[in-house]
Amino acid sequence: MELDSLVLARIQFAANITFHILFPTISIALAWVLLYFKRRFDASGDEAWMQAYGFWVKVFALTFAMGVVSGVTMSFQFGTNWPGYMETVGNIAGPLLAYEIMTAFFLEATFLGVMLFGRQRVSNRVHTLATVLVALGTSASAFWILVLNSWMQTPAGFEMVDGQAIITDWWAAIFNPSMPYRLTHMLIASGLTTAFLIAGISAYRWLRGERSAGLEKALRTGVVLAACLIPLQIFVGDLHGLNTLKHQPEKIAAIEGIWHTERAAPLLLFALPNEATRSNDYALGVPGLASLILTHEWDGELRGLSEFGDEHPPVAKVFWSFRIMVGVGLLMLASAWAAAWQLRRGGELRPWLARVLVGMTFSGWVATVAGWYVTEIGRQPWLVHGVLKTADAASSVSAGMVLTSLLMYLAVYVVLLIAYVSVVFHLARKTAKGGGEVAATTLQEAV
Amino acid sequence: MDEAYWLPVIFAALMALAILLYVVLDGYDLGVGLLLPFAGEEEKDWMIASIGPFWDANETWLVLGIGLLLVAFPTANGVILGALYLPVAIMLIGLILRGVAFDFRVKAHADHKRWWNAAFAAGSLVTALAQGVMLGRFLTGFAPGALAWIFALLAGVGLAAAYALLGATWLIMKGEGRLQARACAWARRALVGAALGVAAVSLITPLVSQRIAAKWFTLPEFLLVLPLPVVTAALLLALWVGLPRLASRQAAGNDAWCWAPFVGTVGIFLLAFQGLAYSIFPEMVIGRMDIWQAAGHPQGLWVILIGALLVVPAILAYTVFVYRVFWGKTRALTYE
Repeated sequence: MELDSLVLARIQFAANITFHILFPTISIALAWVLLYFKRRFDASGDEAWMQAYGFWVKVFALTFAMGVVSGVTMSFQFGTNWPGYMETVGNIAGPLLAYEIMTAFFLEATFLGVMLFGRQRVSNRVHTLATVLVALGTSASAFWILVLNSWMQTPAGFEMVDGQAIITDWWAAIFNPSMPYRLTHMLIASGLTTAFLIAGISAYRWLRGERSAGLEKALRTGVVLAACLIPLQIFVGDLHGLNTLKHQPEKIAAIEGIWHTERAAPLLLFALPNEATRSNDYALGVPGLASLILTHEWDGELRGLSEFGDEHPPVAKVFWSFRIMVGVGLLMLASAWAAAWQLRRGGELRPWLARVLVGMTFSGWVATVAGWYVTEIGRQPWLVHGVLKTADAASSVSAGMVLTSLLMYLAVYVVLLIAYVSVVFHLARKTAKGGGEVAATTLQEAV
Repeated sequence: MDEAYWLPVIFAALMALAILLYVVLDGYDLGVGLLLPFAGEEEKDWMIASIGPFWDANETWLVLGIGLLLVAFPTANGVILGALYLPVAIMLIGLILRGVAFDFRVKAHADHKRWWNAAFAAGSLVTALAQGVMLGRFLTGFAPGALAWIFALLAGVGLAAAYALLGATWLIMKGEGRLQARACAWARRALVGAALGVAAVSLITPLVSQRIAAKWFTLPEFLLVLPLPVVTAALLLALWVGLPRLASRQAAGNDAWCWAPFVGTVGIFLLAFQGLAYSIFPEMVIGRMDIWQAAGHPQGLWVILIGALLVVPAILAYTVFVYRVFWGKTRALTYE
């Protein structure tokens, strides 16, 4: 592949959005978990809940800051990298982005100050309200951006006039065919990512000898949340897949590695999709299972990539991203249920399972990013499905300039990612050493 | 007059408001960041505590400003951000470093704190310089050539000095004791740089653009806009004279006027912004495109306008609420 400015701009945008999504994925659900800890404390007066809150609010503050700064970058890159996007679909994307900024960004960013630092300055009720508003803000932000993303996958409620998309029905555009599925799938993904983060870090503290009541509460919350959400996610993911089959069949064909329309299509467990020969090398699959899952009939017909000419996504990337996502999901199912089983009725984790949970700490990131690669690479070559091609929206900025800035971003992102993960574990070690007492709240500690 | 005329005007005004609020609000954050290397270890914590609860919301005004450019003026957005590709990328990296350093400097291993302090200061400086360069490039209509770039760099240094002034006067208002005294000294030094920056941009801009020169130096417009530079000069002078007096009063324990330098500096920003807006309007890309040529379809603009009329007053109201919660001298920030 030649590194022209289109490819570089795509890599740059992908790098930014990959880095960005790691943090909102945690903060969306973590905001609600913090609210849950706080409400449990208010209701019971049990200090353990506040201990759990005290540790996780620090992680939340750090995560939120990472999300904000990488999000600002995104808002500029629409313009710097994809000017054709707003010129073509600005009438729809513009209002959706504007509403995200106005109803979500300001709400969460403004009340975050009160939520983090205001506990001694406002009443408990106002502090709870601030926490609710921050949580609502993060979720509202997810709503608007997923509306926009879904509209790009399954556009509706508009007509094309002089090369510009003009809205005819806002309701149809917002509640476009894939939106309810994608939004639900993403919100549960956020819940799972947060649940495994909490479970993993709590298991890590537990392995280091901490036995505080706050740790116990957090660990149980994480494990129970994970165990409840993972079957739900598998169910919603299946519905999402059926929805995609209906509206973007070429994406499903790439996911399943189906080159030619066939009946009783196998579910491929392993294959190396080969774009040159337009077939799969070393394919290993379960006969008929893909047809059964997608059409609910053993000999159901699935359309192959050949029906879409050149207008289908790169197969191998989509095929493998999907398998990574599903694979991590299955690991989540096994580990969360095993942990829930061991913890039932006041039981303790076995050390080996605690180690597994530590290993799964950031598993939500892997699954979420892989899932987004499926859906976004799976949308190619379209930027807006059937309306605007990615190549037609690119800017004329020179390849050298894009490459320079790409390298700068990558360097910063790698450093920050390492710093983030190591600081989360550093906070865990420090708290475990203090026997669960969240470190003293001096100025230096808690700014 | 029809909507095709006044919708772009309203959106240009909204965008200007968002950028102005960003420049003033994040301006004091960035200014405090710029001054960080000159402070002692304990002062650094107080300085950052004074902006900790606000910076996040302050930065959101930038997202709104750039969002309005993106959604209301899609054609200009591509041209402007394409022309500013590198300064924008550099600014974004500065903003990233500054933003994450808030949390990392106190949560990371204690040995790493000084590195995150350095990242905080460097991020603030790079952001301020890049924003000034962007302003300078914009004012010349992205003219090629060394002279235009020297002007842009000059604007960068000027804006950084002006932010430092805003940050120092913020610290005079929010700080106490030694920090306050130091901030008075910082403010006086930054004032020189800011005054030179304002003067340079004001004098050079009409030289670069004949259209802008005509707007300022013809009668009767000249008389109408004359108060802008005159009041700006008066405020600069008042700060220059007043700062040492304020410092000696504060040393004697009288803190009654601690807010005055900050308010005066905000006044300078408002006037300078007013002057720039007067020069630029109704251009969107100077010499190439006016706001009507750049505007998006009225249909999309209406939807945003209705939302903005409902939501922006609420945003302003709860912003005021949060500033009241953290009113007065900075206290230690804790999650407790």
